[in-house]
Amino acid sequence: MAVAVRRFAYERPGTLAETSRLLLEAGAEACILAGGTDLVVGLRDGSIAPRVVIDIKRVAELGTEAISRMDGSLRFSALAVMSEVEADPRVLDGLPALAEAARVVGSVQIRHRATLAGNICNGSPAADTAPPLLVYGATVVVSGPNGERRVAIDELILGPGRVALERGELVSAIEVPIPASGVGSAYTRLVRRRGTDLASVTMCAAVDREDRVRLAYGSVGPRAFLVRDDSGVLADPEAAPEARAAALEELLSQASPSPRSIRASPDYRLAMLRVLAMRALGVALERRAGSASRG
Amino acid sequence: MADVLGIELVINGRPRSLEVAVHHTLLEVLREQVGLSGTKECCVVGECGACTVLVDGRSVNSCLMLAVEADGHAITTVEGLASHGQLSPLQEAFLDTGAAQCGFCIPGQLLSAQALIDSIERPTDLEIAEALAGNLCRCAGYEQIFAAVRQAARAEAP
Repeated sequence: MAVAVRRFAYERPGTLAETSRLLLEAGAEACILAGGTDLVVGLRDGSIAPRVVIDIKRVAELGTEAISRMDGSLRFSALAVMSEVEADPRVLDGLPALAEAARVVGSVQIRHRATLAGNICNGSPAADTAPPLLVYGATVVVSGPNGERRVAIDELILGPGRVALERGELVSAIEVPIPASGVGSAYTRLVRRRGTDLASVTMCAAVDREDRVRLAYGSVGPRAFLVRDDSGVLADPEAAPEARAAALEELLSQASPSPRSIRASPDYRLAMLRVLAMRALGVALERRAGSASRG
Repeated sequence: MADVLGIELVINGRPRSLEVAVHHTLLEVLREQVGLSGTKECCVVGECGACTVLVDGRSVNSCLMLAVEADGHAITTVEGLASHGQLSPLQEAFLDTGAAQCGFCIPGQLLSAQALIDSIERPTDLEIAEALAGNLCRCAGYEQIFAAVRQAARAEAP
């Protein structure tokens, strides 16, 4: 006998306006269904018990193109799934760290369903795509009863399971500016085993032509943190090791891993955070050199 | 009384109209309503892959998909791999290499492997490992499963 999912009402709106109206009516008793890879698990174990599930896959405005180019950005519809993100040549070329993060989410089966927007809206501190979206300075397009508004992803992500959406609002797209040439970026993470696992530490690094470094890291606190160092010391091979170590310590000081996590102890996470930062930064510097030599 | 919705879908090449409860997963509907019990229920959190089916040719965990979401789509289950009483080349390869031990994970393994060889002509071992990372085998028959996928991919490549 199957392990049953609890009962709820199911809505399948055709427009963003209708979706907002449904969300406004039901408030906290509504859940958005896009990929459902986290939602259906919660529905089954009872940790999520909505009165109404709103499936947005028939919303006309979301369904035209999963990933599209607009000016200097790539726009990911709320329905863009991880397997589309990881394989898109424009993402691989312009936002390699985002492709790397999308590629390690769950399994092939999960990546065929899980959406980029869902990874953010779910609010997991271990969300793989949060660090690259923070580093690339993504803007989230929020659709609500009063139309559209845009918010920096750094302001959208609040804490475990929480994002800054008002009643009646949903994320309709994520826009990511493609960095200018001469920027190198990379994503890496720590897992307990190869294959399907949630990350114990996530890390994204980017370094630009002026040696400015941005890092974003997650799974070591209530949310992923974005930090920057404009001194140039982290990208300077001639810099004194002590100076580089001090700059890195400063960037990683936001980490406060939970002692209650089952995946890794705080000490181990903090030690590995430094290793991952150096690793991601090293790959980002190599890629910057590669992009410079290509002209 | 549960909410019920009419859906139209294609299951193993055959168009079907079904009335499904909106809170039932595709897995439950396939097994209990359509009577296709080849798709297995196991972890029900999307980690083991025993419930893998193809939706429009792409592998998904049917335990994490509501049946109403299958409306308008084409589903392939393990029962759809053989045709006219003949096992598919991939199924034959699983038999040849002894890939099926207890057999419980095999429907899911077959569908993930089929999706792989449909999309990549000669997959490397790394590509096979990645494609099957979401399908666990508690008998640990991974070597034989790899051998089966390699053999079937060779046979299908031009």
